[in-house]
Amino acid sequence: MRRLPLEGVKVADFCWVWTGPTTTKVLADFGATVLKIESYKRLETWRIQPPFKDDEPGPNRGAIFNSINTSKHSVTINLSLPRGIELAKKLVAWADIVTENYAGGSMARMGLGYEVLKEIKPDIIMLSSSLMGQTGPWHNSPGYGDQLTAISGISEIAGWPDRIPGEVGYYTDYVAPRFNALTILAALDYRRRTGKGLYLDIAQHQSSIQFVAPVVLDYVVNKRVARRRGNKDDHAAPHGIYPCSGNDRWCAIAVFGDDEWHVFCNAINKSAWAADSRFATFQKRKEHDDELDALISTWTVNYTDQEIMNLLQTAGIKAGIVSNAEDQMENDLQLKHRNFYVELEHPEIGEYRAPRQPCVLSKTPCEIKRAPLIGEHTETTLREILGMSDDEISQLAFEGVLE
Amino acid sequence: MLENRETRGMLAPYRVLDFTDEQGMMCGKIMADLGADVIKVEPPGGASARNVGPFYHDEVDPEKSLFWFALNTSKRGVTLDIEKPAGQRLAQKFVKTADFVIESFPPGYMDALGLGYAALEKINPGIIMVSITPFGQSGPYKDYETSDIVLCALGGGPYLRSCGDEDRPPFRISYHSQAFFHAGTEGVVGALVALYHRQTSGEGQHVDVSIEECMAFFPNGDWDFNRRVRARGETLIPLKVTHIWPCKDGHVMWRYTGGPMALRHSIPLVNWMVEENMADDWLKNFDWENFSHYTATQEIIDRMEEQTINFFMSHTKAEMMAGAIKHRIMLYPISSTADLLESPQLSAREFWTQVEHPELDEAITYPGKWANSSDVPPKISRRAPLIGEHNAEIYEKELGMSHEEFNSMKQAGVI
Repeated sequence: MRRLPLEGVKVADFCWVWTGPTTTKVLADFGATVLKIESYKRLETWRIQPPFKDDEPGPNRGAIFNSINTSKHSVTINLSLPRGIELAKKLVAWADIVTENYAGGSMARMGLGYEVLKEIKPDIIMLSSSLMGQTGPWHNSPGYGDQLTAISGISEIAGWPDRIPGEVGYYTDYVAPRFNALTILAALDYRRRTGKGLYLDIAQHQSSIQFVAPVVLDYVVNKRVARRRGNKDDHAAPHGIYPCSGNDRWCAIAVFGDDEWHVFCNAINKSAWAADSRFATFQKRKEHDDELDALISTWTVNYTDQEIMNLLQTAGIKAGIVSNAEDQMENDLQLKHRNFYVELEHPEIGEYRAPRQPCVLSKTPCEIKRAPLIGEHTETTLREILGMSDDEISQLAFEGVLE
Repeated sequence: MLENRETRGMLAPYRVLDFTDEQGMMCGKIMADLGADVIKVEPPGGASARNVGPFYHDEVDPEKSLFWFALNTSKRGVTLDIEKPAGQRLAQKFVKTADFVIESFPPGYMDALGLGYAALEKINPGIIMVSITPFGQSGPYKDYETSDIVLCALGGGPYLRSCGDEDRPPFRISYHSQAFFHAGTEGVVGALVALYHRQTSGEGQHVDVSIEECMAFFPNGDWDFNRRVRARGETLIPLKVTHIWPCKDGHVMWRYTGGPMALRHSIPLVNWMVEENMADDWLKNFDWENFSHYTATQEIIDRMEEQTINFFMSHTKAEMMAGAIKHRIMLYPISSTADLLESPQLSAREFWTQVEHPELDEAITYPGKWANSSDVPPKISRRAPLIGEHNAEIYEKELGMSHEEFNSMKQAGVI
């Protein structure tokens, strides 16, 4: 079998819920050995949250769990027992990287803080990924991605100017894992060169604000507070999401400059619009953009989203359907061509699909394996990685350490 | 400039040539903040991304784009016309000194100039080339015309598909480049996985990043498992329950929750309301243990919400956050950009970074490091480059170009 790029990298992974597991999925899909340390005593959130396969609950049946935990191994350890902590420390001694995303300070309270881990393994790389980071007055404040999206300045600029801020769900949960993963990878190279480990205290809050940096500077320099403005854009008109035929179907269209405007009008046979003085220049189109949007909607509503995208793309105009899960997984010819969704075979839920990593490496692409059943690798890990005997393992099991 | 390379950052020894436009500039910014020597290569006259606002004091000027400032921190900059043969030869020479090339041209463009991966690999076998494009290097959409909103649309999912009120179109986050930022960040992930492989094998490779895929990278499991697509605005809760609440100077995000989670939600909030005499006896004695949105009635929800709104409206976002911390309530304000600058947490974390802009005679406060690290944390080492700012420094001093050659290249419009 082809060697994967991160083969040989060892990760003791204490992450749960979303951002942490999505981070370590990157490492696992590229070949690192990632031991997901979890417990029957406090089941991983996405093992107990719907949606489930066929709507039948079960710790191995969760849709989200099986998508964001691909290629990992599952080892169950009860960390509320001293022997559990002891066992966890043995895995730390084996690991190159330790990852966790509990609320700030939790690992230290369990006796697994960086200072302790460094004693066990001086060159360990430890990632703590929490909402607010491990220090500061808000450090132990727990929360979810929608709340982080709110406090990071993103919700405030999502939605309509005449309405309350819009719900953009768990947006930052897609931002933070990439910063986590790239920082771990940078630390890995630093360690290779210098022999030194690192403690990476990443605040998902600080990562998320990188995505609004230009508007933060606009406030710093110009004292302009960014507000919601629907789908409008400073540099394009028309610019928006327009209704198409069918139920809840939409197409995005963006027209940047006067040349594009004429191409657009020509492509859809609306010479009257091109001649309309209200829309003659970019400045005028911006001034009349509500009228323009209404007018365009009267045209788009007669066609399917796909027809509009095809027609406008043929003319060289920026347009794309608003895809839902079905569109992406079944009908997007591009994602299909690039084999974005990988088919996996799971002993309990049968066939399912998960996205591969979006960066494709020409010589060493990622290779996705199904997510683990709970506790699937506990015994083999203890035996093969920690060299424990059957007796030792039975004793730990008897004491409830492996629950 | 090249002093102390090991301590400058986690990626200190590496050189990156950054040919990207708006679509990929985040990639080089992150690598530069991690200490790599990232050189922004622009066409003579300056990159088009310099025309993207907002602008410093609203002065539309290629040296005053705040968008450019934010996405090119810690980089040096040169100008080079890679469409001219002499420029291509210089670029090839330049690539010999580099570890990474990052670019976001349409697929095939770099190949046509003799600067595609196949050509660069011959010049420098260890080179890692990262290409960030709307749909990747191959496939039926690869030449489609796109912009941020188009890629947010096709990328779908949580960003756009599920956003918005049923009576209006879906909306995007009201500031452009979100899709590009995701892709730039993902580009760093790919670059560094390739770097790890290079350290063990000696070989470089081509990293192909599709912006659409970066946006589509989330679980679609409910469709895959149960053939279900959630409609916009659809929630599982059968009642009208408020999630985004008004307060004195804006909004906060909060939801009443029963069962074990009430300990982090409902109970401490009501206790705080009681302290301020703003909860009635009914709410004070409410049975949170058995409360659920699935079994409650709208009447109960409305009665709860009425007094809660009164409480929120009597406090500012900052007061609500301070109270949430004190009482350990999972409640967060919806911050504006102005609120971010006031955050005691971000100051305590030394997040804000003063960056000198000598030509503006000012130091500007930037969002700084995303990670606090025990050593070599990411940091902004300098402001974004001016057009051609490091031409002489890099071409003459580092690439060993003679002064005569430099001048003739300049006259020929190559640099």
